[in-house]
Amino acid sequence: MSENAEVVGPLPVVDWLKGAGSDDPYLEGLKCAACSAVFIGERSTCAKCGARDKLDTVRLGSTGKLYSFSIVYRSFPGIEVPYISAIVDLDGGGTIKGNLINVEPDPANIEFDMPVDVVFADALGRKDRDGNSYISYFFQPAA
Amino acid sequence: MGDVYIMGVDMIKFGRFPEKTVPQLGAQAAHMALDDAGLTIQDMQALYCGNLGQANAMVGQRILQEIGQTGIGVVNCANACATGATAFREGWMAIKAGVFDCVLAVGVEQMGRGLLGGGGGGPGIPKEGLLGSGTMPAVFAEAGMEHARNHGTTFEQFAKVSVKNHHHSTLNPKAMYQIETPLETVMNAEMISYPNTKLMCSVNVDGAAAAVLVSEKKARELGMHRAVKVRASVLTSDPFSDRDLTMPDVNAVTRIAAKQAYEMAGIGPEDVNLVELHDCFATAEILHYENLGLCKDGEAGRMIDSGEVALGGRVPVNVSGGLLSKGHPLGATGIANIYEVSTHLRGEADKRQVDGARLGMTHVIGLGSACAIHILEKVA
Repeated sequence: MSENAEVVGPLPVVDWLKGAGSDDPYLEGLKCAACSAVFIGERSTCAKCGARDKLDTVRLGSTGKLYSFSIVYRSFPGIEVPYISAIVDLDGGGTIKGNLINVEPDPANIEFDMPVDVVFADALGRKDRDGNSYISYFFQPAA
Repeated sequence: MGDVYIMGVDMIKFGRFPEKTVPQLGAQAAHMALDDAGLTIQDMQALYCGNLGQANAMVGQRILQEIGQTGIGVVNCANACATGATAFREGWMAIKAGVFDCVLAVGVEQMGRGLLGGGGGGPGIPKEGLLGSGTMPAVFAEAGMEHARNHGTTFEQFAKVSVKNHHHSTLNPKAMYQIETPLETVMNAEMISYPNTKLMCSVNVDGAAAAVLVSEKKARELGMHRAVKVRASVLTSDPFSDRDLTMPDVNAVTRIAAKQAYEMAGIGPEDVNLVELHDCFATAEILHYENLGLCKDGEAGRMIDSGEVALGGRVPVNVSGGLLSKGHPLGATGIANIYEVSTHLRGEADKRQVDGARLGMTHVIGLGSACAIHILEKVA
């Protein structure tokens, strides 16, 4: 990513976050035309049914439901804690992991299946070695 | 096709040995297993070595440099936390296939301290704490919370697993720790990743374990009175499940392995007298009561509440102290579990002996994922 020294705008935190610099960022997945399984990230073969070259890009949903979580109090040096590591089933298919924000990190405030929105924001101020800033996705309780 | 027997098996006391090398630790366990079998390195026809941290560094050959370079073939294998059990199983297969009569399996690991796992390396910026967590305590906390979601399992029930396993370890001189941890101590320990507190995470230790496997013919020659029969050996990888690539599924991989193992042994879960299962975190142990068929789905919370899985209960689980207190040297764990169950089947487990043990099961999970299950039987 850093090979293009001209880039100054925000970069996507993962390559399946599209439209990072635009006003319409979204997450992109792959859907198997043979068995409908949904995947995140690049691949050419379906891990569910083994079909080759049947994966079509799809725009993933921007809403979902909380499937599972943990509240992380100890992480690697330099990582700010606590935070909620959340696993979300997106409406329309696909499961992704991310930080659940705008909720006090206390199990009493977190309910399984609570509806969440996928929101996009600066990646907690983290920059790469070239000084580029990044756009990340987060979950927050549905509006 | 004849059966395969364990003639010698042992482990070093788990601990921290920074002054030793990985091959030295492995050699120590190898010598102990050979002595236990009453055999020498000259009797071994092959070595199967499991180690993760130096997977590209010919650990098996370096062990032979410590104990005798006889020219036998060596297989070095790495399979995450199923590494030791995979090495053992490779030896089992070679004997089962009739290629060898007598082989050595060694599992060994030297661990650093601190958190394992990580949040997606690669280009750009660190993802840990940005796209959730990839640390092992968090990953297994999320797996536990899936059980809580489905069955209402509580923080207290998860914590009771640690109370039990730490209690068991007070009876095991080879465990890293021999310390009682009452429920309030476990629940009030530093929270690492809810619901796993520090005392609900396995201990990073150095360790080694080894086993001598022989054919039926060789076992009869040597004498059967301390032999342990391998009734089943199974290795699986995780079948596709919808969330698997985001949330490693440690359940399905165990369930298919358990089903195959019971079929191979021709027994059911009700026949098993003790189990050493993969309690890398307290949350994980709860899942595996159900995955291994020790109880019905949704009953794991009751199993830990009722004491059925404690020493003296219906089916004691992790009487060694488990990974939570005996310690978890990744590559050694799979063979250390086999040592523990074999020791009970031989009636040599002293204060922690499971009375009348005839059949025992060992289970390990390597995240990514691999599951190895062995069912062992008392012979004499």
